[in-house]
Amino acid sequence: MTDATIPSAPAKPSAGRRSRRRGAGRWIVLGLLILFLLLMLAPLVLAAMNAVKTAADYAARGPLALPHSFTIAGLKAFWVHANFPRKLLNSLLLSGAAAVFGTALSLFNAYAIGIGRIRGGRALLVLILLGIMIPQESLVYPLYYMAKAAGLFDSLWSVIIIFTVLQSAFGTYLLSAVMQEFPHELLEAARVDGATRWQILRLIVLPILRPTLAVLATFFFIWTWNEFLLPLVLLASNDTQTISVAMGVLSGQYVSDPTTTAAASLLGIAPTILFFLIFQRTLTKGVIVGAVK
Amino acid sequence: MPGLIGFLLVVAVPFAMNIGISFTRWRGIGEPRYVGLANYTRLLADTAFWTSLENTLFFVVAMAVVPTVISLVLASTLFDYVANTFGQGLSSFFRAGFYLPQILPVSAAGILWGWILNPHGVLNLILGGLGMVGLQGNWLGDPGLAIYALMAVMVWLQIGYSLVVFMSGLARVDPSLYEAAELDGAGSVQRFWYITIPMLRPEIFVVGLTTTIAALKVFAPVYVLTNGGPNFSTMVPSYYSYYQFFSTVRVGYGAAIATAQTAITVVLGLIFLWAQSRDEEEDME
Repeated sequence: MTDATIPSAPAKPSAGRRSRRRGAGRWIVLGLLILFLLLMLAPLVLAAMNAVKTAADYAARGPLALPHSFTIAGLKAFWVHANFPRKLLNSLLLSGAAAVFGTALSLFNAYAIGIGRIRGGRALLVLILLGIMIPQESLVYPLYYMAKAAGLFDSLWSVIIIFTVLQSAFGTYLLSAVMQEFPHELLEAARVDGATRWQILRLIVLPILRPTLAVLATFFFIWTWNEFLLPLVLLASNDTQTISVAMGVLSGQYVSDPTTTAAASLLGIAPTILFFLIFQRTLTKGVIVGAVK
Repeated sequence: MPGLIGFLLVVAVPFAMNIGISFTRWRGIGEPRYVGLANYTRLLADTAFWTSLENTLFFVVAMAVVPTVISLVLASTLFDYVANTFGQGLSSFFRAGFYLPQILPVSAAGILWGWILNPHGVLNLILGGLGMVGLQGNWLGDPGLAIYALMAVMVWLQIGYSLVVFMSGLARVDPSLYEAAELDGAGSVQRFWYITIPMLRPEIFVVGLTTTIAALKVFAPVYVLTNGGPNFSTMVPSYYSYYQFFSTVRVGYGAAIATAQTAITVVLGLIFLWAQSRDEEEDME
């Protein structure tokens, strides 16, 4: 209560600076920013609005009008027609496996290169860097051929293995850089005390790196979720396709029925928006981690 | 060690195989027939390939140049103005909002934009509703327009990435630097030019490198929105090799395209890294 009686007191140290910005100008800047943000998000809002309209409502009032009708027919049509639950499951399995395996592999690789100090570590890092840069187009046909030869074509395992390795290239690179900053006295002390390399990894390195690994896994998950070319080529049948591939295959059919198309794009986008809301902080932080390279 | 085996199996061996295939004529089945450099000489005379390289420049503009410029202005407005005037929370809110398109699956975003840009799509309906029928266009079907429509979509997708990187870079700048400059009479444009830009040099390099490489690899938006058409006007190297691999089944030729694309990517990447290390050395002196 006592606090409430003195809010008008200019207590903030930066008040002097702030007061010079009380003009109308700040509202113009804010207005422009809001306008730009609305423009950026307009496609998503439009998809959401029109996904729940009836076709007649869309035809009569156009895409900009708020829905005068409510139906989940379009959403349901795509849900059933595209076997959406199956695709959601495939995407979750692929991205989850690539995130977990990819992060683990990155950790082992980086540990071996950085702290385990295997010979030729630097040369390996350059190789890894090239691996990150190489366009997937120059791998896609041999991988397609090899998957067929190995009997893994049209199986989630082929893409899980491939993305585990591809993501771990970046992860190894990043973690090696992080590990170079490691307190070496700590590791030295553990070694003197007779800890094995495995114990050092599990009891010292892992706990320290846990936050970084969490960010890495989140990123691997989203990146794999959005991958398109390799899953498109390697996952041919309806039962193995991911959401990303299913959306691509759907293209070309969009002219037919605008509300169903809006519903389809909404469903395709919805899971990542959900991840975005859950992992928003990690994701924006993760870009920072990625940019340090 | 499993990492090395995986790398050999998934990257090194396929990469070597791809180069090998590029010297052959092969339909994907049977024995590949060695033809030397025939695929590469054909590539140099192929106008579709040159068009695809030209279009790559358009994508570099749409993914590396334009989003960087927009994001620099946005980041400095949010950091130097919004965060001070309206609080950190609002600044973070805007950052998250602008970042959102960046994490969508490109194919799903493609469906969304196809729905907006097709001849009977949302954009033309809006233009018609505003009485601007003359401005309506067949955005994805007109060879003169399609590449610009794709560029607009890519700008939309990419702004969030550079914005978030730049804002994280600004986080290590002491706000009192701006305050001092302001007290000395530096306007917002001067603060942008003499503080924000120099401070963000490393980030601009990183964003430039990563987005340029990404622009060289663009595939999904072209696949979903235009299939490289109409009339090859939006063809890009990635889609062109995919098209040769899986539509015409000229696997050897597709491999040559992919190899050429890889060579360009790696050379550009190395030039960038070299320029960056030089820049850092100059800073040291």
